[in-house]
Amino acid sequence: MTSDRPLLNVQNVSHYYGDRAGCLDVSVDLWPGEIIGIVGESGSGKTTLLNCLSARLQPTAGRIFYDQRHRGLVDLYALSEAERRFLIRTDWGMVHQNPRDGLRLGVTAGANIGERLMAVGERHYGQIRDKALDWLGRVEIDTARIDDLPQTFSGGMQQRLQIARNLVTGPRLVFMDEPTGGLDVSVQARLLDLLRGLVTRLHLSVVLVTHDLAVVRLLAHRLMVMQRGRVVESGLTDQVLDDPQHRYTQLLVSSVLQA
Amino acid sequence: MMTQAIDVRGIAKNFRLHTQGDVEIGVFQELSLSVDFGSCVALHGPSGCGKSTLLRALYANYRVDRGTIGVRHDGGWVDMARAAPREILAVRQRSLGYVSQFLRVIPRVATLDIVAEPLRQRGVADDAAREQAAILLRRVNIPERLWELAPSTFSGGEQQRVNIARGFIADFPILLLDEPTAALDAENGAIVAEMILEAKAQDRAIVGIFHDAAIRAKVCDHLFELAPFKAAA
Amino acid sequence: MSEPSDTAGYNFAYLDEQTKRMIRRAILKAVAIPGYQVPFGGREMPMPHGWGTGGIQVTASIIGRDDTLKVIDQGADDTTNAVSIRSFFAKTTGVATTARTEEASVIQTRHRFPEKPLRADQILVFQVPIPEPLRWLEPRESETRKMHALGEYGIMHVRLYEDIALLGRIATAYDYPVRVNDRYIMRPSPIPKFDNPKLDNNPALLLFGAGREKRIYAVPPFTKVKSLDFDDHPFEVQTWDHACTLCGARDSFLDEIVTDDLGTRMYACSDTDYCADRREAAPQTVDASEAAE
Repeated sequence: MTSDRPLLNVQNVSHYYGDRAGCLDVSVDLWPGEIIGIVGESGSGKTTLLNCLSARLQPTAGRIFYDQRHRGLVDLYALSEAERRFLIRTDWGMVHQNPRDGLRLGVTAGANIGERLMAVGERHYGQIRDKALDWLGRVEIDTARIDDLPQTFSGGMQQRLQIARNLVTGPRLVFMDEPTGGLDVSVQARLLDLLRGLVTRLHLSVVLVTHDLAVVRLLAHRLMVMQRGRVVESGLTDQVLDDPQHRYTQLLVSSVLQA
Repeated sequence: MMTQAIDVRGIAKNFRLHTQGDVEIGVFQELSLSVDFGSCVALHGPSGCGKSTLLRALYANYRVDRGTIGVRHDGGWVDMARAAPREILAVRQRSLGYVSQFLRVIPRVATLDIVAEPLRQRGVADDAAREQAAILLRRVNIPERLWELAPSTFSGGEQQRVNIARGFIADFPILLLDEPTAALDAENGAIVAEMILEAKAQDRAIVGIFHDAAIRAKVCDHLFELAPFKAAA
Repeated sequence: MSEPSDTAGYNFAYLDEQTKRMIRRAILKAVAIPGYQVPFGGREMPMPHGWGTGGIQVTASIIGRDDTLKVIDQGADDTTNAVSIRSFFAKTTGVATTARTEEASVIQTRHRFPEKPLRADQILVFQVPIPEPLRWLEPRESETRKMHALGEYGIMHVRLYEDIALLGRIATAYDYPVRVNDRYIMRPSPIPKFDNPKLDNNPALLLFGAGREKRIYAVPPFTKVKSLDFDDHPFEVQTWDHACTLCGARDSFLDEIVTDDLGTRMYACSDTDYCADRREAAPQTVDASEAAE
């Protein structure tokens, strides 16, 4: 965390669905190499905020700036759609809760990883294949499975394949929506460890949406707690979880079942 | 020549429990504390007087309601009570270590990697970090056959020693220790005491809670009594 | 020529003039933007979709009284589909028809590109079943249009990647995707990839009509058309170990024909006009042993 300017600068972002506010007046900076967690119950606005931040849902009000490589700060929603989509598939990644949303289940694992490379103009089959093999290894999937369909993979493997598919183009910012949701606890742990290692090694910035406080404690540097569209508390993850100030955060933390 | 490592001035801490009828619990007030490099300060007082709370406040794990918490970082001062999260993280990465009472880690990660992690976070290469971790684990008597296992199945004493190895691996200039020897037998307690003395000799600062009077006497230069700062209920 | 009673009340080439104008405007736009799929208000034709209604509407819109029409299906002039379409136009326009490529000014085709070189005064009209090359991976039309608009064509190579990974080579043999004028990705209709090189820099105007999906697209004369491939797996056309049993050609697309219940095969040019010309020019028979191999 040595850069002197944030990668993502969010200013007073609100999004309304008709009269109802999805998220309200959210401001936050995300720094290079930083993982920020967004927690809250279903309907708290965390997914709406994630969609706004990841350039998939235009905010009703507020602005979002991104520090683009070779270009500096750009207003996300002032970019042309072509530029925005290019940014999304090269410099960004998106890991979905449901692999169905983040993978092409009808093509092989290798093609899933290779797609982003081909999308940015890689035209050498052998090199694409080598990179796919390398990334399968990095996410701890047996490289012999490169020509298998993701449908034949376990839930944990599918998530790891999603991660490989996203990271192969060397993005700087990855959005994750409940990446460990729906996985067995033992599989979750391995995925968390993998994510943590990759994030440190690649100096990735991550926006992580989850309702699982244990997940953010292990992964996120910083935390935002959302309730009814607003960020009611934010700060260092361990500080927010161990010494919550807001009524709602205290309720959230005290409601966690202890194993 | 002594230089100041920690400079706490006039802090107060209250817990406001919104979910329990908004009850307010005062822990301490008007508390000031100074710690020099090369010394070890033991926080002292009866159970419930706020020793752990103070230690956590120094680490910015708890917030304080008033006052400043100066911690020496990269030659300057950072006020842990007010610093931005990323500043605090930088302090924790390079200047300030914390050994909690209980090990809290990702399940199923090998012990060796858990101990190596603070070095890795600083950018040390995997192999070098693991090599250093092995030295620390050997020092605290964790048998080599356990290194590749996750510590969740270890005994309380073993877990605490893993935690200590993890706390000492990065040679933090300032180290906070919360009952580091509570679960240890005499032999291992003595090893930890030795490590603390070595750290002091290397001009590092240590603030700790030591329930064991013998160890406390062996490693500490000052006792810091918390009782005088007890907040009015 | 037909009896007047049969065609009374029908306009020249079946379609009314306003419809033809609308289709010609679509064709002009398609020519102006090579490879881009132009939507048009397709009409119901007196035959089912799948019989070439897209190609027929294009032909009907461009054909004039002086034209000479050739219609082929899989390279042959005498198959049901080709015969039906040819007689449809003979009846509704009265234009001359021919089986000879060089005599035709308009050639409507299904699944082949004629073997004889075309000239700048000829138009080749392709019947297209599915115009959208991105359809196989992206079912949403709104999304495929956006992908075309932004030139996001990564998934086209995913398909070729899958071929090589699973079969060791690019196995796509028909309707092999091309990039037109370095811009739009296009389906050349289900012609064999053997014909793909003929699309490149061809002197004739190439028009494509999809009736069911109501799209028209074009490759103007002398336009660059490149078949997609990888640097280390370059595009290749089919080759045969055989020559045509009938004319001995080794440079044309061969059909494999089973001639009896024992599985005896022969190979013959799929382009019947090309084959007939060669036999006429230099009558010959190929060694029977080669045919029976």
